[in-house]
Amino acid sequence: MPLLQLKHITKRFPGVLANDRVSLEVFPGEVLALLGENGAGKSTLVSILYGLYRPDEGEILLEGQPVRIASPGDALKAGIGLVPQHPTLVSRHTVAENLALGIGTPLLPAQRIAPLIERVAQGFGLQIDPKAPVYTLSPGEKQRVEIVRALLRGARVLILDEPTSVLTPQEAEALFRVMRELRAAGKSLIFISHKLEEVLAIADRCVVLRRGQVVGHLPRAEASQARLAELMVGRSVSFARKRGAPRIGEVLLQVRDLSARSSRDLLALKGVSFELRSGEVLGIAGVAGNGQSELVEVLSGLRTIEQGTVQLAGAPLPSDPARVFARGVAHIPEDRIRMGTVPSMSVAENLALRSFDRPPLSRGFVLRPAAWLAQAQAQVQAYAVATPSLHTPTRLLSGGNIQKVILARELAGRPRLILAVHPTYGLDIGATEQVHRVLLEKTDQGAAVLLVSEDLEELLSLSDRIGVLYQGRLLGPYPVEAVSRERLGLLMTGGLA
Amino acid sequence: MEEVLNALARALSFGTPLLMACLGALLNERAGVVNLGVEGMMALGALAGFAVAFGSGVGDGSLWLAVLAAMLVGALAALVHAFVTITLQANQFVAGLSLTMLGLGAAGLLGKRFEGQPLFNQPPEWPFTLGAIALALLLGFILYGTRLGLTLRSVGENPAAADLLGLDVVGVRYAAVAAGGALAGLAGAYLSLVYRPSWTDGMTAGLGWIAVALVIFVGWSPLRAIFGAVFFGLLYYLQFRLQGQSAIPSEVFASLPYLLVILVLALSGLRGQQGNAPEALGKPYRRGER
Repeated sequence: MPLLQLKHITKRFPGVLANDRVSLEVFPGEVLALLGENGAGKSTLVSILYGLYRPDEGEILLEGQPVRIASPGDALKAGIGLVPQHPTLVSRHTVAENLALGIGTPLLPAQRIAPLIERVAQGFGLQIDPKAPVYTLSPGEKQRVEIVRALLRGARVLILDEPTSVLTPQEAEALFRVMRELRAAGKSLIFISHKLEEVLAIADRCVVLRRGQVVGHLPRAEASQARLAELMVGRSVSFARKRGAPRIGEVLLQVRDLSARSSRDLLALKGVSFELRSGEVLGIAGVAGNGQSELVEVLSGLRTIEQGTVQLAGAPLPSDPARVFARGVAHIPEDRIRMGTVPSMSVAENLALRSFDRPPLSRGFVLRPAAWLAQAQAQVQAYAVATPSLHTPTRLLSGGNIQKVILARELAGRPRLILAVHPTYGLDIGATEQVHRVLLEKTDQGAAVLLVSEDLEELLSLSDRIGVLYQGRLLGPYPVEAVSRERLGLLMTGGLA
Repeated sequence: MEEVLNALARALSFGTPLLMACLGALLNERAGVVNLGVEGMMALGALAGFAVAFGSGVGDGSLWLAVLAAMLVGALAALVHAFVTITLQANQFVAGLSLTMLGLGAAGLLGKRFEGQPLFNQPPEWPFTLGAIALALLLGFILYGTRLGLTLRSVGENPAAADLLGLDVVGVRYAAVAAGGALAGLAGAYLSLVYRPSWTDGMTAGLGWIAVALVIFVGWSPLRAIFGAVFFGLLYYLQFRLQGQSAIPSEVFASLPYLLVILVLALSGLRGQQGNAPEALGKPYRRGER
């Protein structure tokens, strides 16, 4: 008998059918993969299972009995635990304090729960220190805390919402080991992902959602990357390396012995040197916080140089962002919502942020709305931005469409150097393909791309050379043929340093 | 020597209402709600306490009844703040400021007939001072040694996390704000029943504001609040002391509480105390905004 069963779950939001008669079941001791593009309805389904939303129709059965899950509290009581995509831990509290929250003893809750934590954690091969403050933990460690939390609460069904999106390959492997232990112990796991290889590595069955409906239900034996991707996207998808034969030109960017401090005044870049030629894609890999942000900030004129030189086409890089942009450096920032756009301003306004102050968008002190809207209209069409209108605030757009707005704006002036930071993070396959295609088109036109990413697939499929930032030092760059996923993973975690 | 002892005694008697009000504000801030209405709630508490004591003829029993009434009125006033900021999700700072203005105005208006009326029985100060210190120790223990305190702190740091675990964020915040108001009311009662004991319009004289600033100065720690309150009680005493003895106009001294507030905040800034603020302080919680 299935442990958990969803029957004809339907959930509507204004104008959207988020879940359309979704039915699925999970048995004890199996890993069920739930796949789908962004907006396919995975998150809605998770929210319903965890009591954050109520379904409009349909029912949830636990061991054959209908259950009502109206709040996260109900879900926990029913034995459903969630390991959310972004940890929901109190970062200033210790691991034990976080785990005691809601279930600890009335007196000295954190102290008394510590032995229990260690017992549960060791039982499933999870290493955590109950006394460590959460802000000192890595993303992988925080995830372990979330898993232990669900187990401490007696979860029989464990939902893992895109758990590997923040992990290095080695950390992901460790997570899979834990998942296998849990499966062996008879737990039901729902693994949500859009990374197909991982799904194939761990899942017993796969359920694919598209536009709110279950479009595929495959046992592991019948699933393949191509088949799953086709189900997710609704058409066939190519997984070949995307880079054609590059036309590499002159040295465009020359970074010598560059050091810079982080906002917390620590030395974040230590003697970084590299060259980037026009037409070339240089990938920068690394675990977040190893100097990637600082490197991009220096190159976009946002951060001052402590030591060393940066030359763009033979002249020193200016030290303010507008002049850097004027010299042909486009910036696709890491935080696309807050840094890449002004969320409350319209699509047309966001598209004009780089160019509103000069002809043709303005004359003297006066803006020219007609020219402004005409340019925005053209850009929205060229980049296929799905927006209700040019006047819609960008905060109402999906992540993929926000990214297209940024690309349209940044790449409008035929940039020579494109700084692309996690350009496809959180985007679905369709939007990711478009971003990759646009970047490669620009290199064909002679632009150089500095691609900072934690997605090794992306780095390996686009880059000509890949460097790894580890604790502020640049390892490499290595020609892409000379590195593998595994080697990059080791370099990123200091395993080969 | 006698001068020093006297100064210390006065510092304690000024420090007592400061500590009470500070603990109250600290409590609701730890749950993530700023209430700038402390001054107003103190005034209402002071009036309610005085009115009950005056109306019932002061016996020992009615003193406690009066204190209870003051705490109740403080809590009720705070519940208005809770409703506006937690349920209606209005800006906490603006709502708190209105509460202060409302409280001061209403207390002034309703208290007209008590103005200048003496309350003959002056209770001793020390039980209140000791009580406030005990309260600080108790609050420290609750925050760090009990499940209740852990829940409260978590709600103030990361309400979304607490909500996901099935904890009642709204309920905890309401309770914390009401308790904070009760303590502000208690501080007011101390002024009108013990320290003075009489009612005058504007008798809170900026103490509520200092209490709010003290929360930041002591880095949201109830134990440090004891020392902070005594320290600022001492400064407050010195202000009165100098007022009688110098040629400086009294308006300058009247403005001192507010200068003290600025001083408190400046000192806190130097010590980097702002970094101790609960993560979700001042932010309304909406489920689903992840």
